[in-house]
Amino acid sequence: MIRVQAEPFDAGAEIEALTHGRTDVGAVVSFQGIVRAEEGGERLTALTLEHYPGMTERELERIEAEARARWPLQASLIVHRYGRMTPGEPIVLVVTVSAHRQAAFDAAAFLMDWLKTQAPFWKLAETSAGAAWVEAKASDDAAAARWQ
Amino acid sequence: MVRIRYFAWLRHKTGIGSEELALPDGVRTARQLGDWLAARSPGFHEAWTSTGVVRMAVNHEHVEDDVELGPDDEVAFFPPVTGG
Repeated sequence: MIRVQAEPFDAGAEIEALTHGRTDVGAVVSFQGIVRAEEGGERLTALTLEHYPGMTERELERIEAEARARWPLQASLIVHRYGRMTPGEPIVLVVTVSAHRQAAFDAAAFLMDWLKTQAPFWKLAETSAGAAWVEAKASDDAAAARWQ
Repeated sequence: MVRIRYFAWLRHKTGIGSEELALPDGVRTARQLGDWLAARSPGFHEAWTSTGVVRMAVNHEHVEDDVELGPDDEVAFFPPVTGG
C-alpha cells in the first residue's frame, strides 16, 4: 500500500493497522525519515517537499511491487508527505512485514534506497542563508545501485 | 497538444508550472523538446544551463533522452529527485 499526503502520520498506528490480528507475521521493520534542523552546514528552519502528483503514486507503486517481487512480504506500506515541514516532523515511513527478519530488513532498505533516487520529490530547504533546492547526493545513487 | 510540466528549480527559473503546445517542427524526442525549450528565451536558457542535470519523464514515467514523443504526451522536466 502507498500513500502520498500532506498530513503527519503516526508510525505506531500504521504498524498496528498492518499487523493487527495476524498470527503469521514474524517480523516488522519500519523506517521513518525525520526533518533534521541542519542542511549544508546551515540551521534549517523548514523543508518544503514538492512532488509530481500522478507520477509520484505511480513510482511508489512500482517500487513497492518490485520489493514484493524480490522478497516474501506479507504486507508493506510507504507513506510520503509533501508540503512544508519543520524540524522534528516525520517525512517518510516505510514498513515491511514478513515471516522472517532478513526479508523485512532487506526490503525496507531497498524501498528507501529506490524511493530516494526514483520517486519524484524535491526538497526546498529554508535556512539562515535563504531558501535553496537540496541537491541530489551521489551516495544515494550508490546506495540504490547495490540493488541492481 | 503536448502538456509540459516543470518542477523544483526548473519551475522557479522558467516561472511556470505547466503549459501546452503543439510539438514544434523537427522535434521528435524528449531531448529535442528540451533543447527547443532551452533556446526559446533567455530565461529558459538559464533554467536549462545554470543548475546542473535536467531529467525527464513522459506520461509519468522516467525516460531516456532519445524517447520519441507522441502528439498528446505529458512531458516533465525536473532536477534529480531528492525525496525520502
